[in-house]
Amino acid sequence: MTEQLKPADPVLHLDRVSRTHGHGAAEVHALRAVDLRVYPGELVAVMGPSGSGKSTLLTLAGGLDSPTDGRVVVEGTVLGDLDRKKLAAVRRRSVGYVFQDYNLIPALTAAENIALPRELDGVSARAARREALAALEELHIGELADRFPDDMSGGQQQRVAIARALIGDRRLVLADEPTGALDSTTGESVLAVLRARCDAGAAAMMVTHEARHAAWADRVVFLRDGLLVDETARQDAGSLLLTAATNARKDGQP
Amino acid sequence: MSIRHGLLALLDQGPRYGYQLRTEFEARTGATWPLNVGQVYTTLGRLERDGLVEAAGEDDEGHQFYAVTHEGRAELRRWFDTPVPRTNPPRDELAIKLAMAVTVPGVDVAAVVHGQRRHSMQALQDYTRLKGRALAADSGSGGDLAWLLVLEQLIFQTEAEIRWLDHCEARLAQHAERAATAAPSGPAAPTARRAVKSRDRGRTR
Repeated sequence: MTEQLKPADPVLHLDRVSRTHGHGAAEVHALRAVDLRVYPGELVAVMGPSGSGKSTLLTLAGGLDSPTDGRVVVEGTVLGDLDRKKLAAVRRRSVGYVFQDYNLIPALTAAENIALPRELDGVSARAARREALAALEELHIGELADRFPDDMSGGQQQRVAIARALIGDRRLVLADEPTGALDSTTGESVLAVLRARCDAGAAAMMVTHEARHAAWADRVVFLRDGLLVDETARQDAGSLLLTAATNARKDGQP
Repeated sequence: MSIRHGLLALLDQGPRYGYQLRTEFEARTGATWPLNVGQVYTTLGRLERDGLVEAAGEDDEGHQFYAVTHEGRAELRRWFDTPVPRTNPPRDELAIKLAMAVTVPGVDVAAVVHGQRRHSMQALQDYTRLKGRALAADSGSGGDLAWLLVLEQLIFQTEAEIRWLDHCEARLAQHAERAATAAPSGPAAPTARRAVKSRDRGRTR
């Protein structure tokens, strides 16, 4: 089972990364030698209080900042080895981002928002639109294709943002409090979509401060003061309740 | 109390026998609170004694059926109309454990909190996976909805526990810090345990 769950190479490998801000007495260790791998099909949640380094972890993973020590490896490519242009290409081609405030372009429809990264990849406008429509269908929101962000609810915008993050060959999603401003059932539908994308083979790292949302992940890691202090192990679904039920059967047989 | 009313609610839908009641109770609650059939018969005995259910014949296989009485229906209605009392909070083993941990010397309270949070988080992941399945399998029946609601109760309760544990951790750190500033001559690295000791000293004065 474990071999099946963790095949091949990690999509994202944070190889003992540290990030320090400032010098001397003002030195702040935002991250200290954090080692973390995210495999295909895996959703990893990062939890921790404010100031624990959650956001730093995400910006490093996305190549928006570089570590002071250690390496960030995305699909086998060490980000630190790339020049600015190549780094931009990896960021655009391999990584999708989902932010708390959706970040859709207001002047573009849902389909155009999703198609845009593909057009930047060099795909023809027509093919990009076809892919965008397929992505919307897959998330059961095909009817939103020609709507503008202002005419969509927060939950709808966020699902569009997830579709955009995973268009084309992008296999890694980095999500920062993706359910932040949503109510509990809407937030849940967004997480269900992210979960489904991972079950279909994507890899995702999600920062959240809500345990109920982190619980959709395969693994939950806890950050404290820049250190990875703890993580949950993968388990078979429902082992607790199933064990309880089995025990009850054993002692309760009439 | 909840078994009693649970059985009344099931019998309100028609006469049933003991084993059937157990199965249906567990189907609604996903065996979260498993019943053994002995408990079912003991409860049925008491309900009959109190005039809330009555024997309603046997089938060919000798199963004793029970039916809800008029008084039983009234009692069930009363149950639904009255909030579950919060005046006597159920005993919580974790709260008791932490209350003891901060007062017993030599206990690493932070480790207790960490270990519990990992365990509770894993339970929360399990419940969430079960919920994902329940949502996918939802046929729109009342039984599916009942199971979903019970699961979500477990999810919210476990989430609350994790939030409380986070808070405990912050509280312990704050306590340790205060203890350290109160005794500046002490060692540089105060621990939660030390904070507790200093509080104890404060109390005995």
